[in-house]
Parts: sequence; C-alpha cells; structure tokens
Amino acid sequence: MMVPPMETLDQVVILAGGLSPEREVSLRSGNRVRDELDQAGIDARVLDADSALLTRLDNHPPSVVFPVIHGSCGEDGSIREILELLAVPYVGSTPSACRLAFDKPTAKSMVAALGVATPPSVTLPRETFHDLGASAVIELIVARLGLPLYVKPSRGGSSLGSSAVQKEDDLPAALLSCFAYGGTALIEQFIQGTEVAVSVLDLGDGPRALPPVEIVPGESGYDYSARYTAGQTEFYVPARLPAQAAGAVAETALTAHSALGLRDLSRTDLIVDETGTAYFLEANVSPGMTETSTLPLALDAARYSFGEACVRLLELAAARGV
Amino acid sequence: MTDEPESPAVRIDRYVGQYAERAKGMVASEIRALFAVAARPEIVSLAGGTPYVAALPLDAVGSMVGDLVAGQGTQALQYCTAQGDAGLRERICEIMSLEHIQAHPDDVVVTVGSQQALDLLARIFIDPGDVIIAEAPSYVGALGAFAAYQADVVHVQMDDDGLIPEALEQAITAVAASGRRAKFVYTVPNYHNPAGVTLVENRRHRILEICQRAGLLVVEDNPYGLLGFDGDPIRALRADDHEGVVYLGTFSKTFAAGVRVGWAVAPPGIRDKLILAAESAVLCHSSFSQLTVREYLATQPWREQIKDFRELYRERRDATLDALTRLMPPGCSWTRPAGGFYVWLRLPEGIDSKAMLPMAISARVAYVPGTGFYADGSGGQFARLCYAFPEPSRIREGIRRLASVVESEIELRQDFAPGR
Repeated sequence: MMVPPMETLDQVVILAGGLSPEREVSLRSGNRVRDELDQAGIDARVLDADSALLTRLDNHPPSVVFPVIHGSCGEDGSIREILELLAVPYVGSTPSACRLAFDKPTAKSMVAALGVATPPSVTLPRETFHDLGASAVIELIVARLGLPLYVKPSRGGSSLGSSAVQKEDDLPAALLSCFAYGGTALIEQFIQGTEVAVSVLDLGDGPRALPPVEIVPGESGYDYSARYTAGQTEFYVPARLPAQAAGAVAETALTAHSALGLRDLSRTDLIVDETGTAYFLEANVSPGMTETSTLPLALDAARYSFGEACVRLLELAAARGV
Repeated sequence: MTDEPESPAVRIDRYVGQYAERAKGMVASEIRALFAVAARPEIVSLAGGTPYVAALPLDAVGSMVGDLVAGQGTQALQYCTAQGDAGLRERICEIMSLEHIQAHPDDVVVTVGSQQALDLLARIFIDPGDVIIAEAPSYVGALGAFAAYQADVVHVQMDDDGLIPEALEQAITAVAASGRRAKFVYTVPNYHNPAGVTLVENRRHRILEICQRAGLLVVEDNPYGLLGFDGDPIRALRADDHEGVVYLGTFSKTFAAGVRVGWAVAPPGIRDKLILAAESAVLCHSSFSQLTVREYLATQPWREQIKDFRELYRERRDATLDALTRLMPPGCSWTRPAGGFYVWLRLPEGIDSKAMLPMAISARVAYVPGTGFYADGSGGQFARLCYAFPEPSRIREGIRRLASVVESEIELRQDFAPGR
C-alpha cells in the first residue's frame, strides 16, 4: 500500500469520550494516543462524540480520524457509520465488522463456526426471565451449563455489569447487575484457567498477533477496579504459557480478527484451561490504550513504539480512504 | 511452561506494596466512571452538589478581581499566615453573627473550603480505630476525611426533625460500653447534606447537653445555613456553646465554590492545633482567594446575592418536589427541605440505588446513590437529588426520566424476587 506523505496527517482527530460508562477510560485512551502522536511530531485534536462533533468536523475537516471511544457508539459501529457518511478516513474496523464484534454472542458464534473453542453459553434478554419466570429459567441454566458461571452484558466492556457466579443463589444478583448495563445477558460456563489478552495489529503487512499478555488479578477478579487501578493486577508479557498454548492463543486471536472482518487493530480476550485449550471470550475493536491496558504492554514487548504504531495506522487509514 | 526464561511480572504501579494501609480503598470504581458521564450536558445531573454560580454578577466580580490585582497585588500574590487573612476573618465573624455566633477573628482559621477543616480536624483528633459519631446518613466528604484517618464512624438515626437525641445518647453509651473512644459528634444541622432535614430548635439544646455531659466535642458543619427558604437564619449550635462546638463554614455555596475558601471557629486549644496542622499541610492558604472573598464582601452586595440564591434554589426545590409528587411511582418517599440543595429520596423496598445507577445514566439522568453517605456502604434504598444546578425545566425532565428508571427497576426486581 502506498504510504501518503506526512502532510496528510496534519489534521488528525482522535475521537474519545462518548456517553457510555467507559467514557473516562476512553478519554484516558484518547489523551494517551494524542500524547504519543505529539511525541511523534503529529498534532492531533481530541474530540468528544457529542452534539458539537459534526459542526467541529465540518469547520475543520480532518484528514484522518483515530476512534478510541469504548463501549456503545464507539464499538457498535455507529460513530464509524458517521465517518463513512462524512467520507472521512479512519483507523480501525468497518461499521459492519464492529457490529459483529460488539455483540458478544454473535462474535462467539462466528468464531466458534471456525472450530475455535468458546465457553458453552446462553444468551437471554431480560424479557425472557419476566415472561417465563426467573426461577425456572435460572434452574434450567444451571442444570444445563452447571456451575460456576460467568454473567456479562451481551454488549459493552470493561467488565461493567459482569460477575462470576459460584452458586445458584448468586445468579439472580449477577443477572440484576448485568441488566443494569444492558437488556441481554450472556451467561457462560466459567472456564478456570489463565486469562490472556492477545492484540492483533496490521501495519500494512497483514495482521500479526502481538505477544500474549497474561492477566493475574487479585482476589476480586479482573473487574473494573482491577482493570483501571494501577498496580492491582499483575501482567506477564509474554504470558507464561506452554509453547503450544501460546501458539494457540495467537492463532485464535488472528482467526477472530479475520472471521469478524476486523481491520487494523483488535484485541481478543481468552482463557487457556489446564489442558491448553484456548477459549475465545470476546473481541474488541477499540482496545483500551490507557497505562493499565494490555495493548500498550503487548506493543512494548514486541518492541513496537506505541507512537510509531499509531502514526503508521493513521498513514494506512489515510491512504485507504473511505 | 516454556523453555524461555519466564518474563517478570509487570505491575503498572511499582510502588503498590508500599502504600499506607489508609490508601487501600483508593481504587478505580464503577461509580466514579458513571459520574464521569454524568458531567456531560446531555445528562440531567441531580448528582453533584454544584452551586449555580452563573447567578453571580460575573462582570462585577471580574472587575473587582482586576482591581484587586492592580491595587493589592503584592499582598494577593504573596504568602500569608496559616491562620488566614485578618481582614477576611473579621468579615467571617460578621457573617456568623447572622446565626448569633459571637466570635473574635482570632478564633477563626481560614481553610481550603470546609473540606480542609474536616481533614485537619480528623488529622488532630483521630487515631486509627477511634469513633466518630455522625448522622445516618452523613456528608460523603466528611466520611471520606474520617476514613482517611481510619476512624470508625458510628451512625445515629435522624428523622424529619434532624438528629434524634435519644438515639445519640444510646450511641454514646454503646460506644463507651464497647471500650472505644468517641472523639466528636459530626453534624450538619441545617438543610442536611444529603438528607435535606433541619435539626429543630428544641433538639438543639438537648443535643448540646448530651454531648457536654459525655465530654464530647460537637463539629457543626454549616455550609447551607444562610440558604434557608423561610425566615431568618437559624441560631447555630456554636452560639450556645463556645467551648464544646467547632463550627465550620464556607463561601462555596453563598459566593463561589471555585475560590475554595472556608473556615473553622474553634476553642483556643483546638484552634492552635488547626493552625499548626494547616501550616504543615499547605504552609498557608491562597492569599489571592482569601482577598477575593474579602473584597467581594467589602464591595459587592453579598446579602442581596444570597437572597437571590435563596429564591433561585427555592424555585428549584419547588420544581423538584412537584415533579416527584406527580411522577414517582408508589413506594417512593422523600424529604421536603426548607433550604439548601438536597432532597433525600427513599426508593421502594428492594431497590438498590447503586445498582440502578447505570440504568439511570443510560436514561440520561444522574443522582448520588445513598450508599456513599453511610460509612458501612448501607443506604442502598436511598438516593440524593441535588436541585441546585439544573434549571426547573431540566429538573422536571430529569425526574421524569428517573421515575421511568425506578419503574423499570421495580419490575426487574419483581422478576427476580424469590419464588418468581
């Protein structure tokens, strides 16, 4: 792919913020990307996805946009649809790919269809519990999937509304927490094992899996606090996995990236059980870029400069156009 | 395991093992993440206790600040004493006289908002495990200051007339019986944050008597005392007990929160320690802020401004109460504040305001869950609504959204009730 001259990166916009509960994280990600670009000599503006955005983009049309909005709007494809309508090039996946990845049950099905393991699960909207009676449905879930379970909103990130369930009596509370963040719950078998995040980066020469990052949270698990409180979680980069499992997680992340039609960068979250089987949990089209996020750690381990990778992604997006 | 040497663990914060015990609770939280969204204009925020500073005569204040720097810049931009500017302390005494407090400027210590006064009091009084007695619920900022010094907060019930004297007496007895030391009683007697209630007159003397008998200091936190909607300011507890009460005041609600100027009035021994503690904390407070307030009080019609604030907040209180009456589902109840900023909303049995907050944010309305106002994290059935900042039409819209969220949450809880 032809690389455009640096001048085309003179009007870079980073989209960050939004109105999802991941707003604060997104703003931190956006500021981090801006600082890295600044160090690379590129002046970028951070804009929020609010009612002033279209006017701002109209007044100062960007040459290319780097969306780092997490959660809905940023990862459900909607903001990228707007960028397509505006004919503005952007880093990352297309709206349709975002929609597939953002809906976790859909992503699981598509990746599983290619032979990738994913925890057995059910996806149920809140209305099902209302219509059929929560106790009966819960009993059926536990009878079929067993315990422990992991409950999370079918859409969303940062572990918000997510919790592990050790016994049946705790499932109603977990579902209530989940439904506070979204109308549909994904209820999975809880796979005991090593938690791993694998970022995939395509700098123009095809998607590559970065070194897997092993996540070792404290007692409360990898919840919101563990994710965003510096020091609460230990990371091992590369993950302490047998060579075969390390290969499997990289392969799974690449398979997910490709199966969902993702572009430029993504992060896949997995669990590796004691047999070495890698289970796909979810894929993220707008991975966190904060100081506690796993993508910057993986870039560092792969000896990529974060700033240079961001610049390269912008160059490729600008060259690609819309 | 791989044949490669194992990579060392990465902790983003390499000092994680070195923090003090009191820093353990300082972690990222979902609630804080949700409040980051609440600050957006799309959300009707009934959450933060944000005064409506747009009602100030900003042009006049701007000119005044310009004149201050031009005329008194060498003082305004210089260090000052840790006790605070003497001229400002004189003015503070005049203000407190509205609540019948007879104080000398020497009794006053200027602080960075009244929040710093809380921190300094906690610093000089609290050893880990000491008991602080506070209302149930109590101001979240005070609970945070006490927690930072590892106090054990014992809550005492209130009703619509404020702190219940008999409950206070029982709490003092119970603390003593447990062999622990209570260091002071912390109270917000007027237009309580978050409960919105006011301590009635006949309880004030009783509470002072109880504390005097127990040898317990009273910390009277009074940010909203001049913002009553009916009649004259209420007589302060400090007015009737100079030796047993530390009084805290602030200009955050009557002038501008951004100047961060508050004060404490304390008996001499406590005052001296507060000054020394302030000196070690900040050396001295902002001369610029203090002189800004002093000039504001000297040159601007501040009494009329407070009247304007009272009318503005009364209108918003009325809009809030009216909307709650019309819109909230059965099972909800709320306090009816006679001043200040807050309505304390009780939700139907089984509803958890903290768990409901993400739904509220999705519906574009924010409040503060009641759990923040109890040291033990209880209070989930309550929510604090602040009406000070949004326009009345926005308040009505916010409560319409909130009512819809509560209805949805009631239905959800019913779906998951035992036996369903």
